[in-house]
Order: sequence, then C-alpha cells, then structure tokens
Amino acid sequence: MKLEAWLARHAQTLVGSLGRIVQHPVGAVSTMAVIGVALALPLLLDVFLQNSDAATANWNQAFDISVYLDKKAASSRAPALAKQLRARPDVAAVRIITAEEALAQFRAASGFGAALDALSDNPLPDTLVVTPALSASTPDGTLTLKQAVASLADVQTVQIDTDWVNRLYALLDILRRIVWLTAGLLGVGVILVVGNTIRLDILNRRAEIEVMKLVGATDGFARRPFLYSAVWYGLGGGVMAWGLVALAVALMSGPIDHLASLYGSQFHLRGLRFAQGMAVLGGSVALSWLGSWLAATRHIRGIEPT
Amino acid sequence: MIRFDQVYKRYANGREALSGLSFSIGDGEMAFLTGHSGAGKSSILKLIALIERPTRGQVFVGNQNTSGIKPRGIPQFRRQLGMVFQDHKLLHDRPVGDNVALPLIIAGYPKREVDKRVRAALDQVGLLGKEKSRPLELSTGEQQRVGIARAVVGKPQLLIADEPTGNLDPDLALETMQLFKRFNDVGVTVVIATHDVHLIDRFAARRIFLADGRVVPPAGGAGEAR
Repeated sequence: MKLEAWLARHAQTLVGSLGRIVQHPVGAVSTMAVIGVALALPLLLDVFLQNSDAATANWNQAFDISVYLDKKAASSRAPALAKQLRARPDVAAVRIITAEEALAQFRAASGFGAALDALSDNPLPDTLVVTPALSASTPDGTLTLKQAVASLADVQTVQIDTDWVNRLYALLDILRRIVWLTAGLLGVGVILVVGNTIRLDILNRRAEIEVMKLVGATDGFARRPFLYSAVWYGLGGGVMAWGLVALAVALMSGPIDHLASLYGSQFHLRGLRFAQGMAVLGGSVALSWLGSWLAATRHIRGIEPT
Repeated sequence: MIRFDQVYKRYANGREALSGLSFSIGDGEMAFLTGHSGAGKSSILKLIALIERPTRGQVFVGNQNTSGIKPRGIPQFRRQLGMVFQDHKLLHDRPVGDNVALPLIIAGYPKREVDKRVRAALDQVGLLGKEKSRPLELSTGEQQRVGIARAVVGKPQLLIADEPTGNLDPDLALETMQLFKRFNDVGVTVVIATHDVHLIDRFAARRIFLADGRVVPPAGGAGEAR
C-alpha cells in the first residue's frame, strides 16, 4: 500500500470516528467525563505538592542555626567567626547576639530580673544566628553546615531545630507516594473504563464488523476506528482534567493568597504549566488508546461471520 | 477453480450438513447449487469463503488447498473472491458509494483508483449516480445490486452468491441472474446457491443437485444436468 493512501485512510478514519462521536455525544461525553475526573484527582494532589515544595523553599529562615560560643572565648571571637561564616557560599547571613544583649533580652522577657541580679556574672555566651543560603536550605545542606560550624574553634554548641522540617519533608514524601499510587490506580481505571466503552461500541457494531471481515478486512483494519475513537475520548478526558485542575486552582488561589499574606509571604498558588497540561493530554490519550487496544483486540477477534 | 474432495461438515449442534461431498467447478464456469433447504448449499459456500472449515475432507479454491490457510491468511484469501448474500449485508449508515468501496479501501487502493472502480462497478449493475444514496432509500432489488457491485468491484475471478434472488419478485430475480450471467460471460467463475429451479431452467448453466449433503441425480435424470 502506498504511504500516501495509507495516510489518507488513517486521516479519514480519524475524522470518521470523530463524526461518530458527534452523532452520539452522550455516551462519548460521559466517558470523557469519567476520564477527566479520574485524572483530575492525582493531578490536584500533584499541584498541591508542587506548591508545597515552592512554599517550603521560602521558609529558609526557619532553618536558622544558633551557634553558642565558648564562654571562655575572647569577645573579639564573635565578629571574627561571623566574618568567617559570611564568606561561606552556603551561608546567607550571620547575626551576632552578644552575651550582654542576650542577657538584656532574657531579663526583659523572662521576668527573672531579680534572680539574674543575684548572679555574679553573665551566664549567657555570645551567640551567632546563621541563616543558610537558599541552596543549602535542605535537611542535608543544613546538616553539612551544622557540622562545619561545630568544628570551628571556640564554638561550644550548635543548635538547629530541624525535627519539624524533617517531619514535613517525610510527610511530603508520603504524599508524593500517594500521588503515584492514586495516579497508577486511576490510570488503570481509565484503561478499564475506555475498554468497557469500546467493548460496548464493538457489540453495537457487530454486524458491521462481520461484513468488513466478509470482504477481507483484517482484525487490525476493523480495530482502527475504535482506536481512533479512543484517541478522541482520551483527548476530551485530558482537556476536562486540565480544566478541572484549572478550576480548582482558581477557586483555591484567593483564600491561599490571603493566608500567605497573613504570614507576610508573597506565595502564590500555581496551577499546571502549559507543558504539564500537554503531558496530561498525551498521557490521557495514551491510556485511552491502550484501553481501547486491549478491548478491541480481544473482542474483534471473537467476531466472525457465520 | 473449485474442488471438493470427500468433504464432511458436522456443526457443533451435531447436524451433519455435508456427507462425503465431492465435485469440482472449472475456471470460468457458471454453476447453480440447488436442492431443498438444509441440503447443504449454504454450507458449501461457507466452506469456499472460509467462514466454516470442513470436519473432514479437503476444499480447493483456485488450486489452493484451503486447509493450508491459517486464520491470519483469511482476509487476504477473501479479497480474491466476491460474495453476494440474500440479505445483502450492506452497511446502512453509509452511502452506497462507501459500501461498494469497502473492499478496495480494505485492500488499500488509492482514492483515485477507488473512485474510478466504484463508478465502474455501479455502472455495471445499473446504479451509476446512486453513490450518495443510503441503502435504505433504495428498493430491495437495487440494494441487491449494490451488494453485487461490492462483490465485483475488486475484479475477483470467483463470484459466489447465496440465494441472491430469495427476496426478489420474479422479474427482478431474472434480471439479477442475467447480471450474474454477464459477469460469467467475461470469464468470472460464478457459483450460485438457489432453490428457485424454475428460474435456473432459463439459463444454460450447470446445475449441481444436493440432498442430505451429497450430490444426487436430479429427479428422473443424470447426476448433474447441463
């Protein structure tokens, strides 16, 4: 068969299967809606995760490292160490809290003024508050920085409250797994739904398939229109999924921006990027095509003229 | 062109449709298969078209032993023969032109060639200009001729027909048979199953009488009549 004729036939079948969907839109649209809803759920979870990643990237000050110097160190050590740390690429800023400042703060905040006056000397050390650079604001990055700081001379204790951060990351990891699991399960669901729709299509067109086989059609030829129907189902379902995610993001973005502003954050909820949307369409078409291929291959083989 | 060699056909329900049937039909011959319902006429055509397979014995079509044709070879095999059915087996949701074009499209002919051949086939059956009509807009006789056009559009060397005049009144039946005769005149082997003995008396073609799945002599004559 000439390539040109082959391409023309495929184009014709593609358009023909669209025509059939337009003629019987109810069943086709409900199949598309099922695909759309099934894909929208994992996509929404994924959008939530992407935004969580974006949001936690702004929380680097929460990773601040408190460095308590040895009380026996000279008071000139604090500025020297601060200067040394500021030179590191994984450090964004270093703030010095001298022992006197710390005591004054503590006296003001704690209400133990009289008790403190009883002490012969200031029990608090000089302190450096180190803010890691954005690139180092990960559990691993902060840990490396912590170890580096701890090994410096005159550093007594390094404190970092990473526990809750680690818990957050662990939680996000679990969510990421859940996204994959739901995506996998619902992907199988899409394959089954399309397979079932195609099976019913084939049963409805049984007589037609028999006639085609009588005049020499191969199973592949008889299957082709059903594969193209599935391409349309997948495309329609993908567009619906994309639309549902866009709608959900639009509905959530107002309240979330408001919440972010209360925290003084510029964070803005972000939907699917164009490339991601196209990937959704591609994936939807692929799943739908696979479902159709499995059902059509199986059921067309079973139809023989009698 | 066709040779049946000791062919038995028993269906799943236990009915034996053919019982040691042997006959042959030469290239370019026209033959009527006749006999009562259940005599085995349809079974013979189904074995020729590989819709059924013999339980025992061998069927040769165009010097090819059909027992050697695997299921995946069947589509290619069917493209070499034209088939006409009593109920036409047209696709009612497509226009006449598309129905006739179906075998060519399946075989992958380019569009220009398809259009040309479809017009030629419709012309041969007297339906030129009806390409855009739906089958149900046509009379039964016209629908049957669409079926014939579809059978001959691929220029097969063998044309088989199962009761092609079964639903037609006598005049239309005669016209239809004459149409088959015209294809036979240009060299196509034609095999027609029919119970209409009065109609086939008007044609100088070979008759094969069947009873209980065997070739039998006609009432008061030799095994076959010419």
